Amino acid sequence: MSELIRVDNLRVVASGERGDVEIVKGVSFALEKGEVLALIGESGSGKTTIALALLGYARRGCRLAGGVVQIGEHDMLALSESELQGLRGNRVSYIAQSAAAAFNPAKRLIDQVVEGALIHGLGSRATLEAKAMELFRDLALPNPERIGRRYPHQVSGGQLQRVMAAMALISDPLLVVLDEPTTALDVTTQIDVLRAFKRVVRERGATAVYVSHDLAVVAQMADQIVVLNGGQIFEQSATAPLLKGPAHAYTRSLLAAARPDTTLRPPCGVAQDTLLLTIQGLTAGYGNKDARGMPTIRVLEDIDLTVRRGQAIGVIGESGSGKSTLARVVAGLLTPAVGGLTFDGQPLGGSLSERTDEQFRRIQMVFQNADTALNPMHSISTILGRPLKMYFGLKGAALRERIGELLDLVRLPRDLAERRPGELSGGQKQRVNLARALAAKPDLILCDEVTSALDTVVGAAILELLRDLRQQLGVSYLFISHDISTVRALCDDIVVMYSGYKVQAGARQAFAQAPFHPYTDLLIHSVPEMRQGWLESCGATTCGSLPALGPRADVPGLCTFLERCPVRVDGVCNRTAPPRRIIDGGSEVLCHHDSGELLKTQQDSNSMIVGAYA
Amino acid sequence: MNNPIVKSPTAAVALALGKDAHGSSWLGLIGAVMCAVWLLVAIFGPWLAPHPVGEVVSDNIFDSFSAAYPLGTDYLGRDMLSRILVGARLTVGLALVAAVLASGLGTSCALLSVVSPKWLDELISRLMDAFISIPSKMLALIMVSAFGSSVTLLVCTAVLSYTPGAFRIARSMAVNIEALEYVQVARTRGERRLYVACVEILPNMLNPVLADLGLRFGFIVLLLSGMSFLGLGVQPPDADLGSLVRENIGGLNQGAPAIVIPALAIGTLTIGVNLFIDRLSSRRNRRSGGH
Repeated sequence: MSELIRVDNLRVVASGERGDVEIVKGVSFALEKGEVLALIGESGSGKTTIALALLGYARRGCRLAGGVVQIGEHDMLALSESELQGLRGNRVSYIAQSAAAAFNPAKRLIDQVVEGALIHGLGSRATLEAKAMELFRDLALPNPERIGRRYPHQVSGGQLQRVMAAMALISDPLLVVLDEPTTALDVTTQIDVLRAFKRVVRERGATAVYVSHDLAVVAQMADQIVVLNGGQIFEQSATAPLLKGPAHAYTRSLLAAARPDTTLRPPCGVAQDTLLLTIQGLTAGYGNKDARGMPTIRVLEDIDLTVRRGQAIGVIGESGSGKSTLARVVAGLLTPAVGGLTFDGQPLGGSLSERTDEQFRRIQMVFQNADTALNPMHSISTILGRPLKMYFGLKGAALRERIGELLDLVRLPRDLAERRPGELSGGQKQRVNLARALAAKPDLILCDEVTSALDTVVGAAILELLRDLRQQLGVSYLFISHDISTVRALCDDIVVMYSGYKVQAGARQAFAQAPFHPYTDLLIHSVPEMRQGWLESCGATTCGSLPALGPRADVPGLCTFLERCPVRVDGVCNRTAPPRRIIDGGSEVLCHHDSGELLKTQQDSNSMIVGAYA
Repeated sequence: MNNPIVKSPTAAVALALGKDAHGSSWLGLIGAVMCAVWLLVAIFGPWLAPHPVGEVVSDNIFDSFSAAYPLGTDYLGRDMLSRILVGARLTVGLALVAAVLASGLGTSCALLSVVSPKWLDELISRLMDAFISIPSKMLALIMVSAFGSSVTLLVCTAVLSYTPGAFRIARSMAVNIEALEYVQVARTRGERRLYVACVEILPNMLNPVLADLGLRFGFIVLLLSGMSFLGLGVQPPDADLGSLVRENIGGLNQGAPAIVIPALAIGTLTIGVNLFIDRLSSRRNRRSGGH
């Protein structure tokens, strides 16, 4: 086969206040028909810029300065804007990261899927709609005939992403550009979307460029991988050899950072026996309260949790599981409806006004998004100085010295102190964010997805810092994450949450092998592995058959995982609330099955479990 | 003008978004010059005026530009230059005081309502809603007919009319900022409400608030001028720019400077303030890294 896509010495220039900066520095690659090429790198590596250049597009302030982008017979850089308009959404199409932002909420899905093809005159509305339904079916969307009549908010995030793929593929394009299409999804959803993408790309022989920061995802999708950093190609080869023996040191660091638990271990002997935080029977939620003081939307149900001094507890779960709400309750931002908190032997007030200054100091929260966690109008020294002034009354030289020490502690240069957050990189901001929490000399730090918004390499460095700080200062963490490998790298104990319930809790080692709670099992096996063929080996269908289930009894505390559980039992799971039991490995689960049953199902049919979520 | 509440948010957003850096810098400079000129006129005008403000100096009414009377004469043959120099002080001064008071009061109430318990927030918001439903000109007419026209009353009326709008805009911004994580961090640190409002929230909404202040200044100039035009504003022999337009309306068909100049004065004043504030906003934006 011949080269369908050829990029030769592509250069993209960004014009800023300080003159022109080259952000893509002479990138070349080629792609044959039916192949999938992955562009991988951290943010700022130019991967999205290159992907957009394939559409002949440069973002505002950027300019395609030179080189060749040949797509089939079209020379994308030589075409006029109107000629490009004719090609985009027709011969080349684009799938963006956030489907939710890419759809118009006021129009039905089907209208948006066929809109582009209609504009390009690729057929009548009826034929295009029929084609769209075919694509919906190929993408394993439920109810393909009718889903198009829904509005974007009426389908889930994973489904929306697949609808967007249908929109991109409806014109049978020469090239599809997928820009981080699964990054915003939960792992359990990601696996289905990936499988659907892979299937349509293979079946339709589409040529695709897949942009991602996640090597494990790319390993499933791509034939060729291009590793980018700072606008340059560091390494370029077929997928198998690259995964086996990366030639470039940067690729090796990417590989290592992707799975922090393979390189990092929580420190030993830091955790003491004294209890620091106890949460008992906690129920909390949002919305107006009813007569019994229960909120309309209950997010946490009957949570028990203890954190010992110096211990790190990891809380994992997908979005909507209530893990961030747990941190907000401990921080005092949300008052619990039922249940109590005890901190170091003293009752901890539910609302901020019931807490003492000392309790404020000893519990510090670090938020996920360092961009919004630091006040953009304050300098770093103001941000770090405020808790020092408040809690310790530091002034003048002592204050400056302590700010310097804090910056040293999080491994930032001291001259950063007078800058504002806007002038810092993402990783630097997250370090300042941590330093602010450390300034209070806290006993407990609540970390809410602190590495999720960062690049893998930067995130791994933050994890390492967190581990070292724990070793050094003996501080406890309540570490919230959606990524089990991150939690494994840092935490002694792990708690798995699912729609407000604690479904499994146990030591880190217990999460290394079965038995698990069925949901934990799904979660663990949905994390892409760094090998080719993993996606195929972990289950052939997306519509796995779940055991049939009768109507649900109106019993409080019924298992919430029921709808997705591959090992549910009719007459038991839908009739009675599951008990808490201890299984082999020492962890506590909320399930009707005992240890032996769980072990059996989890060894038997991995495929069924993974395919269970359609 | 009848419904400044609906108008002002969009205009404020348009202002706050700013133009590109190059374009806004020289426009802003023009705005700054216009503001400075009007401020100087407001301060020193009465001393610069060649004739006493109420003195009839010429036999010709609605006289055009001449060496003796650079801006012509008005409907009684008084020197227009002197009347504008003196009148500007009232317009600029009253509008400035009223705009600062309205914006300050609105923003303070907004910050208070955002950091206070829900019932107080509801109370303040509903009270403001009640005020917002009264058309500003109608309110002004009622106030004047009830209490008689005085400078204090005019300022009070303008503040009362424009505070709710300022409150609405400031509150909607403050609510968004309050939900941001740095404010949450400050709250979990045990910061007092006043600190959260003034140090964490206020600096991040100052740009749009300033832009809004500029707009409100313009509206208040127009309201006061409108009141004077109706004869209910500043009373003779004093005159603000609005009453100058009204008293010389007879010169309209002759194109007399007596009516064109005060109208132009109102225009340059409001536009100048808006351009200037726009420039201030975009400069602050750049400093905080394009927030």
